[in-house]
Amino acid sequence: MDALPELLLVARTTITGADDLAALDQWRVHYLGKKGVLTERLKELGRLPPEQRREAGQAINEAKQALETALTLRKTALEAVALNARLASEAIDVTLPGRGQQPGGRHPLSRTLARIEAFFTGIGFAVAEGPEVEDDFHNFEALNIPPHHPARAMHDTFYFDAHTLLRTHTSPVQIRVLEQQAPPVRIIAPGRVYRCDSDLTHSPMFHQVEGLLVDEAVSFADLKGVLDDFLRHFFERDLAVRFRPSYFPFTEPSAEVDIQCVICGGSGCRVCKHSGWLEVLGCGMVHPAVFAKVGIDSERYTGYAFGMGVERLTMLRYGVNDLRLFFENDLRFLRQFQ
Amino acid sequence: MKVSEQWLREWVNPAVSSAELVAQLTMAGLEVDRTEAAAPAFEQVVVGCVIGLMPHPDADRLRVATVEVGGMEPLQIVCGAPNVAVGMYAPTALIGAVLPGGFTIKKSKLRGVESQGMLCSATELGLAETSEGLLPLPDGSRPGQSVRELLQLDDALIEIELTPNRGDCLGMEGIAREVATINRCEFRPVAADAVAPMLDATFPVSLLDPAGCPRYVGRVIRGVNPAAATPLWMKERLRRAGVRSLGPLVDVTNYVMLELGQPMHAFDLGRLSGGIEVRCARPGERLELLNGSVVEPDADTLLIADGNGPLALAGIMGGEISSCTAATRDVFLESAFFTPASIAGRARRYGLQTDSSYRFERGVDSQLQRRAAERATRLLMDMAGGQPGPIIEAVSPEHLPAEPAIRLRPERIRTLLGLDIPASEVEEILRRLGMAVAVEVEHWLVVPPSSRFDIALEADLIEEIIRIYGYHRLPGNRPLIRLDLPPQSEGQVAPERFKETLVQRGFQEVITYSFVDPAFQHRLDPERKPLALANPISADLAVMRTSLWPGLFKALIYNQKRQQPRGRLFEQGLNFIPTDDGLQQEPYIAGVVVGTVFSEQWGVPARTTDFFDLKADVEALLALTGEAETFTFVAATHPALHPGQSARIERSGVAVGWLGALHPQVARELEVEGDAFVFELSLSGLQAARLPAFREISKFPASRRDIAIVVEEAISAQAIQDCIRHYGGERLREVRLFDVYRGKGIAEGQKSLALGLILQDFSHNLTDSVVEATVSGIIAELSGQFGATLRI
Repeated sequence: MDALPELLLVARTTITGADDLAALDQWRVHYLGKKGVLTERLKELGRLPPEQRREAGQAINEAKQALETALTLRKTALEAVALNARLASEAIDVTLPGRGQQPGGRHPLSRTLARIEAFFTGIGFAVAEGPEVEDDFHNFEALNIPPHHPARAMHDTFYFDAHTLLRTHTSPVQIRVLEQQAPPVRIIAPGRVYRCDSDLTHSPMFHQVEGLLVDEAVSFADLKGVLDDFLRHFFERDLAVRFRPSYFPFTEPSAEVDIQCVICGGSGCRVCKHSGWLEVLGCGMVHPAVFAKVGIDSERYTGYAFGMGVERLTMLRYGVNDLRLFFENDLRFLRQFQ
Repeated sequence: MKVSEQWLREWVNPAVSSAELVAQLTMAGLEVDRTEAAAPAFEQVVVGCVIGLMPHPDADRLRVATVEVGGMEPLQIVCGAPNVAVGMYAPTALIGAVLPGGFTIKKSKLRGVESQGMLCSATELGLAETSEGLLPLPDGSRPGQSVRELLQLDDALIEIELTPNRGDCLGMEGIAREVATINRCEFRPVAADAVAPMLDATFPVSLLDPAGCPRYVGRVIRGVNPAAATPLWMKERLRRAGVRSLGPLVDVTNYVMLELGQPMHAFDLGRLSGGIEVRCARPGERLELLNGSVVEPDADTLLIADGNGPLALAGIMGGEISSCTAATRDVFLESAFFTPASIAGRARRYGLQTDSSYRFERGVDSQLQRRAAERATRLLMDMAGGQPGPIIEAVSPEHLPAEPAIRLRPERIRTLLGLDIPASEVEEILRRLGMAVAVEVEHWLVVPPSSRFDIALEADLIEEIIRIYGYHRLPGNRPLIRLDLPPQSEGQVAPERFKETLVQRGFQEVITYSFVDPAFQHRLDPERKPLALANPISADLAVMRTSLWPGLFKALIYNQKRQQPRGRLFEQGLNFIPTDDGLQQEPYIAGVVVGTVFSEQWGVPARTTDFFDLKADVEALLALTGEAETFTFVAATHPALHPGQSARIERSGVAVGWLGALHPQVARELEVEGDAFVFELSLSGLQAARLPAFREISKFPASRRDIAIVVEEAISAQAIQDCIRHYGGERLREVRLFDVYRGKGIAEGQKSLALGLILQDFSHNLTDSVVEATVSGIIAELSGQFGATLRI
């Protein structure tokens, strides 16, 4: 039997030399297992004379502790090596593209509609809707456009029969709301409208957003304030905005609203026909004849209404130069608005 | 309306530049569309007087003229114009002159004869589209004077886009009044003094429809010189307004129309018989018009007729039979007031929009007729002589438009505009616009001029005031509003959420026309008859869609033809479905997919989209309701869909949409590339949502048992799962179908379904014996109902 110090020296060398965890574990069993070398020596203590046992036992236990420490150290070192090896083997090229479904996108007109709705719902307007196949009464008559009114010639109307048509503007929603709801009324009505006209600058279907506010003591100046704010926020620019007298049968006074050309900044270009101004909105104070048609007392209530073209606002906002792109639905165009 | 600035400034000449004038008009509501020069640029063209004329020695059609051009020696000019004559004054382009288009005049020889310039026609100076011969200049013009100066060609033509309410500005006088009001200066109305009759010739006029024509002024003028020519100044003004010169009689009526806004007509008196009747058309009457067309007027159409029948469509166009010709010596001038209601819509109906109908539809001043007749008489006599009879006037005063006295309250101005305007300003603006203003206690009484058909209410007056006062002076207020909290129902899914969900799942939104190609529509929804437009813009946009699929496929095919084979498109919008209860206009959301599931990418084998890929997208939409379990997919056939791959989607037994593969036959007809899958859902069927309601989470562990059963192919997975859920009761938390297998080990016509059953109780741990009993009960139930066997 070797002396304990020699045994300990050999064991330490063996453990430090173990080059994987499995070998290390074998050596652990060899020295410290149930039948391990040191365990056996502890069992043999009984054969020593009693006065030697205590000292010899202490020596074996110290050797055991020393080997355990050596095993732990070696194990930690081997685990670190193994982890590093695994990490090295698992390295990837993080620049490869991600997998899975790529998101689609909203149509640019939807995007503009959502923006417009957000502005107006934010100041207390509700969103109202109406039918697109309309009757003559709501589209014209109730809006103070009787048969043969010259304004009808400006609405190239699609008809189904003498009384049924595709709405030419979102204004009939004003009537439908006022028929149902007593003032105060604050609504916007986004939607599709139709005119029998198709060329470079006209689409037979396009979108408008109508606005209507009816309450006590609503003034033209209130309308101007709201539209000034809207246009500056929509374009996120401190634009010049001007109100210009115009005519709509269902508002009095009426105005067209021009903004300083967003393309040239007002110095004159092809888009603004060298005027420096772009017409973007029509608006006015609700005509007393319209109030009369829906039974609202125009002495007590006043109101304003406005209508804007969604395509035009979208074109100006994003620099789209051809109206027809919106309805061709070319993916190469639509994806630009993701 | 095209306005010559020069002519306008004869009426009213404020100290503002042309550009300022244009801006003023626009900002007063008379929107200037554009301005253009009255004549193209040319220079060194002067008045020449032909003092000698010789035949050309070598050319029959050319002559050699000697032309006096002021200080210099007379010039020798070779000329081919047929109307060149000794004593004639004509525009003469000197050597070095530059004509429109950059054409430069040089000394040259024509057939061997030297020509020191060129005598010009109106066309050569850019003043007419066509012309016959030289442009004759007025006799007595000063040779050598610039033709631009003589004809006052340095003029701007201002094109005003008038709104339909401003019929009063369809004459120079109306526009002059506006300009004078804006600039607070005076304007000079044209003199239209009464012309004393030289004959007592009259012609009877009777108003048989006084509501449509309450005033008719006529005048006989005899002995007009048919050879007279319209003077150059009048021709120029007509030209600048865009009106063709057609001889003195027609030119005078057009000129007065442009000047005062009163449409007029000249009849050949010799071709009239009996008397003038203004009446509605009678059945069977026919009329040949000046433009050569023949109309059979409807009973609501006002006619000018005589003893022999119709002469003219009142206020629209004259008839051929009574028109003036080159031989006309005696004329009957008409200056009438037809009410807007009697003219509106008629011209359009007969396809005859004329300058006259355009004005009458919008409203001609009912007090203007006599003045216009006097003005026209004077002009005609100055140009072509003739002797006038007395003015004939038939009038029905009670049918003339009422002249309303409108109450205008200062506080109403303030309320409507949100602005205080001083009373003196209000009064001045209204008076300058030709209104009579009477000051009453706390209000004004205002009577607008008879030319203003658009002013009947207080609001109309307020618009006039602010229009002139200036929209730019309106403040921009932030309105104060009551903060009403709007309802936000959790019981409805907002349409935005459906759209966003599809976008996140790779769909691109499109917007397609609501009217579609009838052929597409028929192929995709043959069982419904779509609503057809009476006047479609084109044959392929002629019917209203009953489904979103026709538009989606059109968009898909458009992209496929442009190297975009993969498509995931959706649209939300109304469908127009005719039913026995009328037209349903309901919102739908629909999508189409074709091509690979994912766009091309590494590490994943490319796989073509199938029914279940799209079903997952649909299920994601249904899940937004919080009660996906109320929806079922029922195998059903649709004419546009593959009969073995189509499902009707039902919610609690009510149909809400379709999901399926496009029928291969339809795909071929539409020329769709690849296998397309589609869905369409009614938004109203989809929107109702369940309010989440909390349920206790069980504290006890769940047990899972997997079973594999074999059933006939025809038995649906849905039926199996429904049966398991029904039998499993409360304790069965979840059923997971994790495999479907056909092939080796399974008989032909059968399939194996592998299901995971998850059981859990709220009050205690489930013992193995309870779990086993439940599972074997389920297996027994499946065996009994479907003949299912356990696969071992």
